[in-house]
Amino acid sequence: MTALSLFAVTGAVLIGIGFYGLIATRHFLRRVVAFNLIGSGLFLFFGATGARGGVTDPVPQALIITGIVVAFSASALGVGLVVARARLSGRAALPEEEDGA
Amino acid sequence: MADLATYAFTGIGLFFFVAGTIGLLRFPDVFSRLHALTKADNLGLGFITLGVAFQVETWREIALLALIWALTLLAAGTVSQLVARVALREQNKR
Amino acid sequence: MTLAFNAALCALILAAALATILGRGIFRSIMFFIVYGLLMAVAWVRLDVVDVALAEAAIGAGLTGVLFLAAFGRLVREGAEAEPPRRINPPAAVACVGLTAALTWAWFSLPIPERPGPQLAEALPRAGVENPVTAVLLNFRAWDTLLESIVLLAALIGLWMLTREDDWRNRLGLPQHVRPGGVMSGFGRVLPPVGLLVGVYLAYVGADRPGGAFQGGTVLAAVGLVAAMTGLVRPPRISAPGWRAVLVAGPLVFLVAGLAGALLGTNFLTLPAPVAGGAIFVIEVALLLSVAVTLTFLVLGPPEGENRR
Repeated sequence: MTALSLFAVTGAVLIGIGFYGLIATRHFLRRVVAFNLIGSGLFLFFGATGARGGVTDPVPQALIITGIVVAFSASALGVGLVVARARLSGRAALPEEEDGA
Repeated sequence: MADLATYAFTGIGLFFFVAGTIGLLRFPDVFSRLHALTKADNLGLGFITLGVAFQVETWREIALLALIWALTLLAAGTVSQLVARVALREQNKR
Repeated sequence: MTLAFNAALCALILAAALATILGRGIFRSIMFFIVYGLLMAVAWVRLDVVDVALAEAAIGAGLTGVLFLAAFGRLVREGAEAEPPRRINPPAAVACVGLTAALTWAWFSLPIPERPGPQLAEALPRAGVENPVTAVLLNFRAWDTLLESIVLLAALIGLWMLTREDDWRNRLGLPQHVRPGGVMSGFGRVLPPVGLLVGVYLAYVGADRPGGAFQGGTVLAAVGLVAAMTGLVRPPRISAPGWRAVLVAGPLVFLVAGLAGALLGTNFLTLPAPVAGGAIFVIEVALLLSVAVTLTFLVLGPPEGENRR
């Protein structure tokens, strides 16, 4: 297994882990963290793709830098919404589900 | 010769990191953990910096390495002060 | 040896990511996320993409970590940091394993392209800068970067819209209490000069070597945050006109440069080769300032007054 494949598979696993966190955890702040895991996993996968074929391609690199900044601004807005909701309702997590519901 | 010095100093540095990590995991309270962490990690990073310094070509790079170490010391010192203060406040509350 | 190092690094990254999702408590999750971001920056260095490594270390681990910690502090003040008991969700886990498997299959079955395309090597001498990543960001695919700077601004406006009516005239962020002459204020006086130098240098060398307006701007934003948190400067109010001007300077200069390109006979956002170097320099300076201030304000958050619960 080459180094690139190693990083690409790591990226794929990170996307899976982040996606699980996004849909299966209940606290909103942890969901925002999970969203960031998906993002950086995707960047790693994409970055490894861009480095295939010997030379690293600058176009994916530029897109990834753009993506990191955009993910950060989305996270800042998301975190602001989580805090605003906690202020209004006193909670920042989804309520406990009834079994079988 | 330079390689030998690098091996020796990074080896010592790694030893300090391992010792610091063990202290962090095993010590009983926040203050002794902080002691283990800052003492061992600052020294460990210092020795690793020293080891790497034998591999670089120019004085400029050595100055950069020294700057990195100094900034880490500054940050680590400040953070451990703040952590210790919060821990002290928690202790007094109880 | 190299493979062993890469494998260990990937294992650490995955372990930190798992701890972020499955670890007990939100605070622990944030801590592991910061560790994860730093390991990720090392991974980018291993992939030999230093521009991205700088962005990841500064934004992914640094600023995002501060953002989450500040949010956690605010949730603690509201008493909303507790997490309901967590249970493993088998259908979700199966779906995520499936997603990972599909991506892995895609990686191994996609054809390996010939990269980089010959067009880029031909076009690079006309870009006005040596660093190909900067050339793509600010010249060949300037459209993305223009929109990115506008997205930053939009996020900040959205965040400010969450301000409560009573707090609108207060200063940005939570009020900071720092003991004068204490450790924190000392730190706040030593670090900013070094940080300013590093940030400006990163942006300046971005034309030829790894670095650029976004990486440098992030370092400057970190300086701004340290200065605000240590009480060195007081954050402005939303209505401050000077700061508003800085916020829009980057996108505005970029847009004007793009329109000038259209008027000078080339296309919108296509910089003509003779002036490309100078134009990119001007755009980078404006972007650097805007990015630094926008990121600082995004992390500081909307204005909040004293004496809340």
